[in-house]
Amino acid sequence: MGRYVVRRVLLALPALLGLVLLTFVLTRVIPADPAAMLAGDAATPAQIADIRSRYGLDQPLWRQAVTHVRQVLTGDLGSSIFTGRPVAEEIGFRLPATLELTFAALFLSVVLGIPLGLVAALDHNGPVDQIVRLLSVGGLAIAGFWLAIMLQLVFSMELDLLPLRGRIDIALGAPPAVTGLYLLDSLLALRLDMFGSALRHLVLPAVTLCLPGLASIARFTRSGVLETLQKDFVLYARAAGYSPFRLATIYVLRNAITVTVTQVGLLFGALISGAVAVEAIFDWPGLGTYAVQAILAADYKALLAVTLVVGVVYAVVNVLVDVAQALVDPRVAEQLK
Amino acid sequence: MTRLLRDPVACLGLLLVVFAAVVAAFAPWLAPYPDDAFDSHLLQRLQPPSAEFPFGTDYLGRDLLSRVILGTRNAIVVAVSVVLASMLIGVPMGLVAGWRDNWLSDVLMRVTDVFLAVPQLILALALGQLMAPGLTTAMVALSLTYWPFFARTVYAETRRLRGALFVDALAGLGASPARILLLHILPNAAPAIMVRATIGMGFTILTAAILGFLGVGAAPPSPDWGLAVAEARQHLPESWWFATFPGLAILLLVLGFNLLGDGLRDVADPRLRRSRK
Repeated sequence: MGRYVVRRVLLALPALLGLVLLTFVLTRVIPADPAAMLAGDAATPAQIADIRSRYGLDQPLWRQAVTHVRQVLTGDLGSSIFTGRPVAEEIGFRLPATLELTFAALFLSVVLGIPLGLVAALDHNGPVDQIVRLLSVGGLAIAGFWLAIMLQLVFSMELDLLPLRGRIDIALGAPPAVTGLYLLDSLLALRLDMFGSALRHLVLPAVTLCLPGLASIARFTRSGVLETLQKDFVLYARAAGYSPFRLATIYVLRNAITVTVTQVGLLFGALISGAVAVEAIFDWPGLGTYAVQAILAADYKALLAVTLVVGVVYAVVNVLVDVAQALVDPRVAEQLK
Repeated sequence: MTRLLRDPVACLGLLLVVFAAVVAAFAPWLAPYPDDAFDSHLLQRLQPPSAEFPFGTDYLGRDLLSRVILGTRNAIVVAVSVVLASMLIGVPMGLVAGWRDNWLSDVLMRVTDVFLAVPQLILALALGQLMAPGLTTAMVALSLTYWPFFARTVYAETRRLRGALFVDALAGLGASPARILLLHILPNAAPAIMVRATIGMGFTILTAAILGFLGVGAAPPSPDWGLAVAEARQHLPESWWFATFPGLAILLLVLGFNLLGDGLRDVADPRLRRSRK
């Protein structure tokens, strides 16, 4: 098992190294004159020349590439062109907000998606199945940013039930930072008022974000259940007289779920992408809002850092999912040998 | 094809796609006020839906129905170009990488992995921002980030087919690898590519809309749907129609492609066929 984990991590490394190189190509090779881009539109030729030597842009390309890789590997993502603060610090501050939102959305997708997929499969090709199919394809078709605005319109602006934006009431302030996740931190600090406020702020963004995930989890659970229903042990259990409910939840679902677990890793990418627009709309102070601000300010350093960090988080999640899968199903670990 | 038509949900998808294609093709004739792509009429700004303006008017007094209709063409042109460009990169790479297990195959697939190591939208945002933001840039960025999906699909198909008996027979008859790949393996991989392309159309329309919404895609006065939703945000909650209808258009078109892709996949891949009992 230990060897499997090591191998799986080693397999992820080339792609990450490639990603670091890709960000290098993006900033240094594609723009005609990176120094001019850094200096901005109003810069004089002297300023551009100054930047060129200060950032080492007058060095040969391969040496620049080596420096870039070394900086990234030591956690030096540079300073934001816009705020002047180290990008790594700003991202460290925002990552927990994004993680809290994506975990909440992931939780909702799993909790709602698995039962939906199960009832669809049990009513194979019946009306329930068709409705779930329409819903799950629809969930993947809806533009998150639009749904977010529609939910805001109905629940915040018209009905005034849920907060329009933010992570917590400004009057309450943030709970003492331990994990950076407000729900957890407010509980640790025994502040139920903060917990309630954080939860109310989380509802709309999480619901918006969970839809695509819910849709694909429902789909994969459905096909997993259908596949399992064909198995002989199900036939046996049915013959032995188990009730359909017990059969479905204990025997079928447990065997069908492995397919769904693999999907969670892939889903995480979709969730992070979705978070960009959703965060911007709900003023959620996470990586997505940061990325959008970086776009507006043409802050390419910040944007590249977000790309890298998201790539790393994505890789870590996928390794974790594969390891979890190997723990559940030893055949997975065998395949890699 | 008949199997596809027997599937009600897939038919709904086909209907939506055909409807959108017709709207896109005849947009300037169908739109009640075709000049509203560029003109503005400040005296009639933000009017609610009425007989005169069925979807209401936007913040510059332009008829929203006309702009939604004109935007259909943009959305479809963007999606078709991006999917075709991604196919042009991804399909040859998949064919070459899947044919033999050698260093070239390794290099190609590692490059594919790098592009898949970041969620597509994030990479497209970075690319779109670094090259001057605009619709063309957005299309280039989307193509550069979508091709790995084609490469992966074709790679898997080629690997599956290269061991087939007919491939051995062709090689025995002296057919060149290029001939086998292009004339024999590619047509056999076509159903998988078709499914991927149909789903890619929906996905691209959605992602292009997000880019437009975030200001990295189409620029005003383009009747882009994502852009319209972004413009509408400042006029909520009073002008609900301004944000609602362009978003509904995105939803219906993407839904059409996804349902169609779902139906095609059932036909193309017997292992996933829904009608199996």
